[in-house]
Amino acid sequence: MSPNRGDREAILGRVREALREEAPLKHPAERSAGGEPTTAHFREWLPPVGASIEERYALFAKLSESLRTELQLCADMAEVSAAIKKLAEEGAWKTIALHEGELTSALVPAFPAQLSPMVLSKGYDKDQLEACDAGLTECDLLVAQTGSVCVTSKSAGGRVLSVLPPHHIVVARKNQLVTDLSEAYASLASKYRDAYPSMISFITGPSRTGDIERILVLGAHGPKRLTVLLLP
Amino acid sequence: MSITAEPPRQQFQSDANRTSTDAPRRAAVRRALSNYQTARDRTGATFTDWKSARASAATIKHEAVNHLDRYLEEFEKKFSARGGKVFWASDSKQARDYILHLAKEKNVRSIVKSKAMTGEEIHLNQALLEEGYGVVESDLGEYIQQLKGEPPYHFVFPCMHLRRDEISDLFQRELGTEKTDSPEELTMIARRVLRRAYVEADMGISGGNFIVADTGMISITENEGNARLTVGLPKIHVALIGIEKVVPCLADLALFLPMLATAGTGQHLTGYNSMYGGPRQPGEIDGPDEFHVVFLDNHRTRLLADPEQRDALHCIRCGACLNVCPIFKNIGGHTYGTTYQGPIGSVITPHFRGLEDWKHLSGASSLCGACTETCPVGIDIHHHLLHNRRNAATQKPAPGEQFLWRAFSFLMKRPALYRLATKFAPLGGMLHPLVQGSPLDPVASWTATREFPAAPAGSFRARFRAHTAAKSAALKKGGVQ
Repeated sequence: MSPNRGDREAILGRVREALREEAPLKHPAERSAGGEPTTAHFREWLPPVGASIEERYALFAKLSESLRTELQLCADMAEVSAAIKKLAEEGAWKTIALHEGELTSALVPAFPAQLSPMVLSKGYDKDQLEACDAGLTECDLLVAQTGSVCVTSKSAGGRVLSVLPPHHIVVARKNQLVTDLSEAYASLASKYRDAYPSMISFITGPSRTGDIERILVLGAHGPKRLTVLLLP
Repeated sequence: MSITAEPPRQQFQSDANRTSTDAPRRAAVRRALSNYQTARDRTGATFTDWKSARASAATIKHEAVNHLDRYLEEFEKKFSARGGKVFWASDSKQARDYILHLAKEKNVRSIVKSKAMTGEEIHLNQALLEEGYGVVESDLGEYIQQLKGEPPYHFVFPCMHLRRDEISDLFQRELGTEKTDSPEELTMIARRVLRRAYVEADMGISGGNFIVADTGMISITENEGNARLTVGLPKIHVALIGIEKVVPCLADLALFLPMLATAGTGQHLTGYNSMYGGPRQPGEIDGPDEFHVVFLDNHRTRLLADPEQRDALHCIRCGACLNVCPIFKNIGGHTYGTTYQGPIGSVITPHFRGLEDWKHLSGASSLCGACTETCPVGIDIHHHLLHNRRNAATQKPAPGEQFLWRAFSFLMKRPALYRLATKFAPLGGMLHPLVQGSPLDPVASWTATREFPAAPAGSFRARFRAHTAAKSAALKKGGVQ
């Protein structure tokens, strides 16, 4: 056993030996109308979304409601600022954490006076972030089929800004809404090529658990509330 | 309980006897699972074609598992290029020793863990605690089970068997909190305790739902956000994952994530589905400095070497087969005495831990096929239980059973003797009450919980003969008219 890689050769040897005899494929994927096996086209078996942006948005809004994601359409940045101000007043927020970004940075000057921003940079204080009332991030994509927000460690202020503060606010544009996870992965692949961020995360609603008697409770460890503010 | 001195078979039998008569517990489990069934049916119905989606999933997993060496190497190459480290562990001890050594080398003081059945499989927590490391389970259900000192009851819903008042009592005893009957308040108690653990820990240990070969990523599915925090805040991340969990491409997750959620909990997608490709990359503001993936074999290659049952390695651990299993509902998760409970656990455990000691699990099935029907990757679960029964019988037939079958076949080949034997059956029935309940009762294990059926007065053959005679007599009579 090598100290660095362990039993690599022995395990690979056992795997190769085991695979000398072929296993039957008991449930082959059926062929789609075009004659190709459907593993490449499994999208057509998943829940339907609809082709137009309106249909995509309608499904995203419907799923957001059942997931208890608070979705709000905003005509412009002024409306986004107003929405944040309202949430800050209702929750008596003192601090909000955010990352530098085209949309997030533009919102800082309009924050209410009593709300102090914590702009995350390398080596931030974990305790300080943990004590923040809210986290404000951008995202890479929104997914209609599942009602998800896709964040990455590059686009949304690292790994934990979107999950540690008790209220997560996402500012996004409507054209970031894609049909399904297949389209999301294709879009991420063309955006990042071979330099993927170290984390890609599909966030679907606020943090939740059903561990006690299978009863739904929001805010198990992550955010108790998730607000998506959507610009045209 | 999984850790007992009793041999597995006896432990299973005595636990099954006890739990199957515990009506309140069974009712609680049934209630929890009925919510699951409704949610799953509703979400499953939104698929354009669930069966075709399932065939696609089965085909992709077949490709992955049947070219496992190639995909594991591809993962390792991609993952290492981004600064990750892969350690290959043949067995539990190698995996434990690697993690312990790492913790020592890096001066780790406290560890936070997100749910990993592989951790249960190698008894990682005990090993860490024995070496003096504080380790906290962060998934709510796992945390409750850790406080209770009990293994998970179900590999997806760890504490589904507990009522809220039991959890409240547990928290009161272990954490000194006030009594409450609100699941929300109980969840918030755990939230407060655990948030400190994430911030303070210097090592985060997770499992992994998928190994993505083409991009070198580990995908983790969860609802609570505890795994996000576990692998986001501490400076070292260790993911302990079985070698079979491979999918060839990142894009394959577009199928597997919705199927896992639908089959596992009835959700379209669980709360957080995250893919991690290496430690913190240049330009990122946080994330661990080190990311170690521990590949665990632990006899998975033994199952791989059986082409007939190899597809059991397609399992994505959604737990659906437990949720629909009539046996699971009646005997509960702990009775199995295994890391992986229910039908899939009964299939794989004899391969992982030895057929001789674990063959009795193949009998923990009514062979109704509900598990096979519900499996999102199309594993023929109940057929594999039959295969295990057959393999156990060929390996070492039980002596008493052998004698019975020989006697039966001897009798069946001699009709006169057989007729004579059936004549004596009612006599046996008449004599049975004399020994019933005593050690001399030959059918004691049956009559302990049920009535022994009385032998009918006449045999089928006698009644058939009488019946046909009467009928032909009637016909003859009719023919005269």
